[in-house]
Amino acid sequence: MTATAPALTRQDQRTSPRDAWLAGRHALRAEWTKQRTVAGPGWLLVAAAVLTIAVSAAAAAATHCRPGGECPVDTAKLSLTGVQLGQAVVAVLATTAVGAEYGTGLIRVTLTAVPGRLTLLAAKAVTVTVPVLIASTAGVLGSLLAGRLLLPGHGLGPSRGFTALTLTDGPVLRAAGGSVLYLALIALLALGIATAVRDTAAAIGIVLGLLYVLPIIAAATANPHWQRHLNQLSPMTAGLEIQATTNLDTLPIAPWSGLGVLAAWAAAALLTGALLLRFRDA
Amino acid sequence: MTSTLSPPVATPAEPRGRSTFGRMLRAEWTKFRTLRGWVLAVLIGAALIDVVGLFAVHSTISCDQGSGKACYQPLPTGPGGQAVTDSFYFVRQPLAGDGAITVRMTSLTGHYSAAPPAPAEPSAGSAVPPATPADPGQQAGGVDATQPWSKAGIIIKASTTPGSAYAAMTATGGHGTRMQWNFTHDVAGLAGPVAAASPQWLRLTRAGDTVTGYDSADGVTWTKVATAHLAGLPATVQVGLFATSPGVLVVTESFGGSSATGTSSTATGTFDHVLLSGATTGAGWTGEAIAGDGAPGARPGGDQPGSYERAGDQIRVTGSGDIAPAVPGVSSSPAPTAAIEDHLQGVFLGLITLVVVAAMFATAEYRRGLVRVTLAAMPGRGRVLAAKAVVIGAATFAAALVAAAIAVPVGARLSRDEGSYVLPVSGPTEARVIVGTALLVAVCAVLALAVGVILRRGAAAVAAVVVGIVLPYLLGVVPALPVEAREWVLRVTPAAGFAIEQSIPRYAQVTAEYSPPAYFPLSPWAGFAVLCGYAAAALAVAYVLLRRRDA
Repeated sequence: MTATAPALTRQDQRTSPRDAWLAGRHALRAEWTKQRTVAGPGWLLVAAAVLTIAVSAAAAAATHCRPGGECPVDTAKLSLTGVQLGQAVVAVLATTAVGAEYGTGLIRVTLTAVPGRLTLLAAKAVTVTVPVLIASTAGVLGSLLAGRLLLPGHGLGPSRGFTALTLTDGPVLRAAGGSVLYLALIALLALGIATAVRDTAAAIGIVLGLLYVLPIIAAATANPHWQRHLNQLSPMTAGLEIQATTNLDTLPIAPWSGLGVLAAWAAAALLTGALLLRFRDA
Repeated sequence: MTSTLSPPVATPAEPRGRSTFGRMLRAEWTKFRTLRGWVLAVLIGAALIDVVGLFAVHSTISCDQGSGKACYQPLPTGPGGQAVTDSFYFVRQPLAGDGAITVRMTSLTGHYSAAPPAPAEPSAGSAVPPATPADPGQQAGGVDATQPWSKAGIIIKASTTPGSAYAAMTATGGHGTRMQWNFTHDVAGLAGPVAAASPQWLRLTRAGDTVTGYDSADGVTWTKVATAHLAGLPATVQVGLFATSPGVLVVTESFGGSSATGTSSTATGTFDHVLLSGATTGAGWTGEAIAGDGAPGARPGGDQPGSYERAGDQIRVTGSGDIAPAVPGVSSSPAPTAAIEDHLQGVFLGLITLVVVAAMFATAEYRRGLVRVTLAAMPGRGRVLAAKAVVIGAATFAAALVAAAIAVPVGARLSRDEGSYVLPVSGPTEARVIVGTALLVAVCAVLALAVGVILRRGAAAVAAVVVGIVLPYLLGVVPALPVEAREWVLRVTPAAGFAIEQSIPRYAQVTAEYSPPAYFPLSPWAGFAVLCGYAAAALAVAYVLLRRRDA
């Protein structure tokens, strides 16, 4: 398929399962070396966690409930507001992981060394997703901790009947774990789009447009029927319903189904990226 | 500065009269226009503004009444070009030429028929309660209380046509005595409510196009409140007493949104010592309900048209409605109302596209090493940055201007065709919304260029700008956070710039639900200045870094 290493590609495709497994392991190791030996990804992971916590804490600090008032606040969702910013950093990390190779021309070297293109994409997906899972776990736990420290002082504590932000609470655990999964899925979505587009700036523009603009259009839509459908289809709105712990019956889509919508978006993006990577010259 | 650069070659055959900056501009413009992908992306960005904006129009329409065509009564248009509510009870007589009216007001009372839902705590629902219960007693089936902006007083009006020019001196339910004219002007006079124990004297004098308002606590010492210039006031005007009272507005913030409910109310003003001077016909007083609220007799709750009665020297006037600019959220029109900027929802997608191009305009130079050639040819680094900013700013401004100039009028027309009521605005306001949108896009592009120079990475630059502009807007308009937090976000982040698209201002004299996205916390140009501040700061940092760093 490629002009760079046709012989290797053919050989690679005829290998036994054991050889394929070895090739996969080598590809994984190569990708991990690339990720770990440049400063950018590390800083981005730290930034993702820190910004997530910072925005969550700011949202918690800005929300008050006066004594005696009825406050329609979902404390778990409120204290996880920062995920909306953290996802942008995660998307930058994922698009850079593949897009930068096209920017510098490194992709040709990579594909010479790892001719199995789907193996390569899978290795990239793993080496991006695993660090993102770790960083988002830190960000989500930090956000919940900030909410737990700040919200009771603002009249939003368990003493007023609001959800206590502990992981032993089923819905809160689902919100926290789901947010971690959400960020991992965002990374996969961005990886797929970047593989298809082959340019970091354009890819991040598409990812963030998809994430941020659909909810804005939905919010501006006066027709409730259209609004509901847009919210069900929008990867961000639907995916973040996993954070909802109160009034579950009024959500446009159920929490796990919403995360499923995002997973479908991510799968579609990865599939498109994989097909284009497999059948296109680098 | 860098080892790769050679000193600028003296240009021997330079055309006369062309500055170096002009040549830089031309070089940058050539770089921009010869990349088909970028030009195409700018055109796509502009097209997205229109396509998404006009699609959003179609999806917003939910006029279910009848055929769906024109199921609204247009509101009257005031002298300033904006939609107004001009509905009150008017006890009037004509006045030819110059003259004056003086009255003493001894009471202002109010009544509303159905008790609104029990006002919740301020944090849960910012209820607008009846401010000054003139009579705290509660009758069966109604509440005796004025609204904060219940009005009764004296008025000089060009004609009885709703929307015509006027000037009024009025007592209000909760804001003291005011002089108001031509719907948007409001100046405070004496403070405190009107009562039998503390009557207030009001006077309006007309001289040509000028109407001056005075108030007094004793009828002897008069204080001038304000002077109104009513352009084109006819020779014969209508002068008299009026009363009106807006609906009771209860804003309830609930899960996933807020809703405003209203019920109508009336106000009754009691006047004596009515003195007219000037050329009156001597025909005496005529009472008439002026109905300029867009839907005569069709309002839910059924408005009392009002009445007046005379008892000796005393005149009591009762009316309902409002003399005020119409704003989204409290418009009495039964059709869905829209503002002209509602058709600019496509700006976000178009903006992201143009931000990508602008960031690439900076970062592509670094990726291919072209920046060394650029800086070798044009060593003035500050001027290179300026030339790039001018080129990308001008290109995106032009594209967005064309797109907005199509989206706003076409969107308004589509909305009207679909049966939605688009609040009219004056020509200058519409021009400000269109040109302001283009300026907003251009400044965002310059911001993206500067961030691109600072970060030298396309993805990071695009993400930083989109996260700085679109995410705060999203947090500001989606009612997930409390209103104060949302307003704070729209005040300090670059998203404050979207205020320039707001066509209907906040009016202190109208009680309404003033919350994003219809109303921004900052005024249009102040919000735009916040965005410009971010762009200027980013340009300054980019300039310093470009000069200090090796390319």
